[in-house]
Amino acid sequence: MITIQVGEADFDIGAETLAVAGQGGGAIASFVGQVRDDGNLASLELEHYPAMTKKALRKIAEAALSEWPLHAVTIIHRVGKLAVGENIVLVVTGSDHREAAIESCSFIMDRLKTVAPFWKKETRTDGAVKWIEERASDVEASEKWQK
Amino acid sequence: MERSLNIIYFAWVRERLGLDQERVALGDGIETISDVLTMLADRGAGYAEIFSDIGKLRFALDQDYGVPGTAIESAQELAIFPPVTGG
Repeated sequence: MITIQVGEADFDIGAETLAVAGQGGGAIASFVGQVRDDGNLASLELEHYPAMTKKALRKIAEAALSEWPLHAVTIIHRVGKLAVGENIVLVVTGSDHREAAIESCSFIMDRLKTVAPFWKKETRTDGAVKWIEERASDVEASEKWQK
Repeated sequence: MERSLNIIYFAWVRERLGLDQERVALGDGIETISDVLTMLADRGAGYAEIFSDIGKLRFALDQDYGVPGTAIESAQELAIFPPVTGG
C-alpha cells in the first residue's frame, strides 16, 4: 500500500509508523527530516509544483515497491513556512526483513531529494533570504541507485 | 488552429521573472523545449539572463521531466525551475 501526503499540516510520526506496521511484516524503517538549526536560520519556506509533486512521489514509491519486497510505503512532505526544529519529511517502509525496509527507505529519500519538485528558501536571522542550491552529494547519492 | 503552451515557473525563476505562469503561442519551427527557451530568451533582458544559461534549469512537460531536446508535441504545460531541493 502506498500513502502519499503533501501539505502544510504536521504529521504524527508514531501514528504513521503504526499504520505501516499494521500492513504486515515485522520490519519497519523510517526517516524523519527536520529543519536543521545551523546557527542563524530563522525559517525555511518550501515551495512545490502541486500538479506534479504527488505524481513524482508516487513514482518513487512504486520504484521502491518493484525493487524490494515491501508491504507498505508512506511518504509525507510538508510545504509552506517552517520554523527551526519542525518536521519536513517522513518516509516509512514496512517489510518482512530489516534490509529491505532500511534500504528502500534510504532509496526513497535519495530519490526524493533530487526528483520531487520541492524548493527550499531560507531566511536568516539577519533577514537575508536565499534559495537553497542543489548539492552535488545529493545528486551522487541519487545516481548510485541507478545501476 | 494556433498551438499554444502554458509555461509555469517556480522558485527563483518565478521570482526573477515576477511571473508564475504565462500562455505562449508556438509558432512554426517551435518543436522542442530548447526551441521554447530560445524564444523566451529573445523576449528581453530579464528573460535573456535566465534562459541563456539552461544548465541551471530543469524542465517538466505535462508534469514529467524533460530535457532541452524533448519534443513539445501536444503537451499543454511546460514547467521551468531550478534543480529541486526538497527532503
